[in-house]
Amino acid sequence: MSVTANELLAVMGARELRDNTTVFTGVGAPMMASVLAQRTHAPRLTMMVEGGVIGPMWKPGELPISTNEMRAAYRAQMLPGITDAFLLAQRGFFDVGFIGGAQIDRHGNLNTSAIGGYARPKVRLPGSGGANDIISLCREVLILTVHEKRRFTERVDFVTSPGYLDGGDSRRRHGLLFGGVSRVVTTLGIFGFEAESRRMQLLALHPGATVDQVRENTGFEVLVSPSLTTTKPPTDEELAILRMLDPNRQFIG
Amino acid sequence: MTIAAREYDFEAARRRLEAKPKSAGPKLGALEEAAALVKDGDHVALGGCLYSRTPLALVWALLRRRPRHLTLSRNLMCYEGEWGMVAGAVDKLVTSWMGIGLPWGLSRIQREFVEAGRVEFEEWSHLGLGLRYRAAAMGVPFLPSLTMLGSGLMDVGGSKTVACPYTGQTLHAVPALFPDVALIHVQKADRLGNCQIDGYPHMDADIARAASTVLVTAEQIVSEDEIRLQGDRTLIPGFMVDALAHVPYGSYPHECYGAYDAEPEHFTSYVDGILARGSAAVAEYLERYVYAPAAHADYLALFGDGRRADAASRARMLTT
Repeated sequence: MSVTANELLAVMGARELRDNTTVFTGVGAPMMASVLAQRTHAPRLTMMVEGGVIGPMWKPGELPISTNEMRAAYRAQMLPGITDAFLLAQRGFFDVGFIGGAQIDRHGNLNTSAIGGYARPKVRLPGSGGANDIISLCREVLILTVHEKRRFTERVDFVTSPGYLDGGDSRRRHGLLFGGVSRVVTTLGIFGFEAESRRMQLLALHPGATVDQVRENTGFEVLVSPSLTTTKPPTDEELAILRMLDPNRQFIG
Repeated sequence: MTIAAREYDFEAARRRLEAKPKSAGPKLGALEEAAALVKDGDHVALGGCLYSRTPLALVWALLRRRPRHLTLSRNLMCYEGEWGMVAGAVDKLVTSWMGIGLPWGLSRIQREFVEAGRVEFEEWSHLGLGLRYRAAAMGVPFLPSLTMLGSGLMDVGGSKTVACPYTGQTLHAVPALFPDVALIHVQKADRLGNCQIDGYPHMDADIARAASTVLVTAEQIVSEDEIRLQGDRTLIPGFMVDALAHVPYGSYPHECYGAYDAEPEHFTSYVDGILARGSAAVAEYLERYVYAPAAHADYLALFGDGRRADAASRARMLTT
């Protein structure tokens, strides 16, 4: 069976997580990535989800649809409440946070509020939820997203979740002393950010993807790392774990 | 700038609370009597989160009174926000996110009303709104935070920054939100209104402290002794509560931790109606589920007893 977009994102996301760390995760691909990491190289990874859940042990086949329903809390070690959960992130307890977005720009800013601007939106989107808090408060952030031209846009219509804002030190100038986007994992490859300009830069291509393909699907100029690499394809073991966790393919597609 | 001075005027909010009776007496009454304490133009904060422990019975009873010009706030707004808009009850929604969940896509009703400017939509980050309630619960006009800084969300409500008086760092001065009324559903309360919550606490304890008037429904009314023997589990003390009603399945078809699971198939048929007929489908839904049933028990009967029993058994499996 071929690898789906969400399987690819979950596998590549999992590989970015380290053992003996903490992750602020969400439903869908982030949740799959976090559990996969726990079951492979990072057994001492603690998960937190936005509804206020620390250390759940989700039942295969009963994965949560939202971050604040009973399934998300299954066998959790602690249910601290939403505000207190985010305050743990503000204190600095979360090494990594996962988020996604409808639009993303070259500096990793995300829009999940409104296409066409906030006041008179062409398309009103659901809103930040915890995304703004995760990107403001976690030590580093991983963005998992399908790679489409309409998503990878020159300028987001509204900054719901601040990446590196206008680049350079603009994050810090606005009072965001901590964190930032470390990696953008897409269905075509993995991006980081140039140290000075804080512009998105292609670090690795997934097997079969090309730089031209990335350029065609990106609405801004693509910087390519001089040491561009290729990722290793998902292994049978990784895929088997994902498919065991989600036998009805509700999240892996 | 859409926040109103009344929302963060901690002095006035404190005076209102000081003037209010804080009785240790019985609070138990009818659901309809509780809902009658909401006035047109009120800011109503809803407990729970998304489709978890939503005070749906209170929303049901409130909408039946055909209220006008309400502001509804909730950390994640589910379809009760759509009901409020289609019913013509709501001028403004305050939340961090609106929808049901990923499988149900964007809220078409949110799109219809907000894109046309018919309802004001004030977006905060999830923690941002949580800190607004927390500041009010603490009786202060704002709380310093590192969240939302640099984002477009700062301009939506009219957030200000403050220079830390010790370090000089820039902080978001998250403005307090003192709602007029809090609607809360809990698993357990005694007749005096002492409330215990199982599972997720969500933001309910904060909104109970922040609001001027607190209305509660409980799955179960337990003895005063049962509460006293586990006082460490009480999140809302009776003197905070203005009205209490005994409403089993008071969040249904949303979930109530340990008591019953949600009904995603019901959400799907609700959304299918909207996809086919737009907001007219919500108007029909309100007619059938909210306005037509004579009592809340008649609303529940529309779902069938077997289905509720099944939701209860799923909840036990998910919490043991």
